[in-house]
Amino acid sequence: MSKKFTKDHEWISLDGDVATVGITDYAQAQLGDVVFVEVPEAGKQVAKGDDAAVVESVKAASEVYAPVSGEVVEGNGELEGNPALVNEDADDSGWFFKMKLADAGELDGLMDEAAYADYVKELD
Amino acid sequence: MSEKQTFTGNRGLQLEEALIFEIGAYENCGVDLEDVPQVESRLGDCAAQGNIDLPGLSEPEAMRHFVRLSQKNHAIDAGLYPLGSCTMKHNPRLNEKMARLPGFSDIHPLQPQGTVQGALELMDALAHWLKTLTGMPEVALSPKAGAHGELCGMMAIRAAIEAKGELATRTRVLVPESAHGTNPATAALLGFKVDGIPADASGRVDLAAFKEKLGDDVAAIMLTNPNTCGLFERDIIEIADALHEAGGYFYCDGANFNAIVGRVRPGDLGVDAMHINLHKTFSTPHGGGGPGSGPTVLSERLAPFAPLPYVEKSEDGLRLVENNGDAENNPFGRMVAFHGQMGMYVRALSYMMSHGADGLRQVAEDAVLNANYILASLKDVMSAPFEGPCMHEALFDDSWMKDTDIDTLDFAKAMIDEGYHPMTMYFPLVVHGAMLIEPTETESRAALDLFIATMRDLVRGAKDGEIDRFKNAPELAPRRRLDETLAARSPVLRWQSPEAKKAAE
Repeated sequence: MSKKFTKDHEWISLDGDVATVGITDYAQAQLGDVVFVEVPEAGKQVAKGDDAAVVESVKAASEVYAPVSGEVVEGNGELEGNPALVNEDADDSGWFFKMKLADAGELDGLMDEAAYADYVKELD
Repeated sequence: MSEKQTFTGNRGLQLEEALIFEIGAYENCGVDLEDVPQVESRLGDCAAQGNIDLPGLSEPEAMRHFVRLSQKNHAIDAGLYPLGSCTMKHNPRLNEKMARLPGFSDIHPLQPQGTVQGALELMDALAHWLKTLTGMPEVALSPKAGAHGELCGMMAIRAAIEAKGELATRTRVLVPESAHGTNPATAALLGFKVDGIPADASGRVDLAAFKEKLGDDVAAIMLTNPNTCGLFERDIIEIADALHEAGGYFYCDGANFNAIVGRVRPGDLGVDAMHINLHKTFSTPHGGGGPGSGPTVLSERLAPFAPLPYVEKSEDGLRLVENNGDAENNPFGRMVAFHGQMGMYVRALSYMMSHGADGLRQVAEDAVLNANYILASLKDVMSAPFEGPCMHEALFDDSWMKDTDIDTLDFAKAMIDEGYHPMTMYFPLVVHGAMLIEPTETESRAALDLFIATMRDLVRGAKDGEIDRFKNAPELAPRRRLDETLAARSPVLRWQSPEAKKAAE
């Protein structure tokens, strides 16, 4: 499926019953050079809007929120040793975690690519 | 600036200084020590494992090394230091003189109390001033910094909630989005769930959003006033009333008390607990220069839970109440081994008594006046995110830089070449590319005018496309721009000898 977006600049992409979550390219550009990432461990239960991961740049430390509810099945271990991946490839290999959705219906409340692009345009 | 190369690498009398590991020698020692008698060690597993590799220098070499390093350190004693939110105000030398009086500096916390009545009297007098200035009935002097004071206040709130049997249900703490990061951290440390409150367009707490979040499960709000945008929270009394009606407690972060001391008593605003950064509001060395101190004032509702120890008047003079059994009320415990930062108490009280109540009021007024002078003198060329006057610090965002190719960091680095420590950058987080300038009350009109003229010239340069002046900065500092990203991603935390470094490669 195509990606969905949150107002807090996370993206989520569903493949079967597992979704991948990351932060958007806009978010990484705003953060600046990412120097530290903490991803959740498999098995962690998160509700929509919960703190799920931490991203720290030279400018600021921020939470990454769970876009929807569910169970984390994998954190991107690659980011621990190579946080720069978030800057280089936020949309793809710089993903944060994968999760099993509790309710796929929650995705309907998120923005699609066009709506997110409009949202970002308004912020600038 | 001359490009002349020198044989030593020094530039005039600005001496380049190597690391102590590079100039010292392990076989050297600055003092002659007697041979240590050979005795059987009783340290067991605790004995030192291997050599700790401390280089030795002669006494004058050691002196010069640290003096040269200190000369590279910019300080409030060297120039205007507009670091917002940090309140880098002048530390009067009188404070230092008082703190060095032997009766304050040469005493020990375990001394019999009858021999330190003067020190106890000073603590009692400081407590009196703090309670009077805040309009609160109780103060815990012992917390050792702002965040420690926050913890103290929130522990008192937690104890009060527990005493009412509501600990299981009051689990949520409301924290505005612009708060200092220590606020949510403190709440989380005590097991509360942190719930953010959005700001409104004027940079203050969104009152409607706040009221919507109130409920039986709200333990407290943690609010900074003036807030981190340098703005007074105008709805604070309405916030306090609504919160109290819902059964919650009001923690006020007193980090910015310096803007209102002598003008506003937090007790009158409905505050239940507030820490006071002695090291900001009442001078005393700041930053790396000395310890912090965060006494926390408590309202009638929280006073019974004030932590140990505290000073009490008894028939035989003053005494410290050290144990729960001796306390009239229900202290939630104690936060430090002894009594807190005695040296900071002396400095703060010295500052208070030398200014007097009217002088402290003028301190706050002048701090606000100076900040507004800067805001008014720069807002036509830089961009202020919020309308109207500010309190003790002037906040700008980076929207004025939009067409310039430079960002907040570049601007700050160029300020170093001009001889200014940069303002606080990228905080508060709610403002894009934030630049937070706090001149403090101790800067003269002439000093402010020069600072403003410098800032205006930098802005003109940025808008005129003088990119090198910013992107290459700092060019004139002892070190050029550091690679913050590399330093954070791959920190080198221990010095390595050139041989070891080579071997590792």
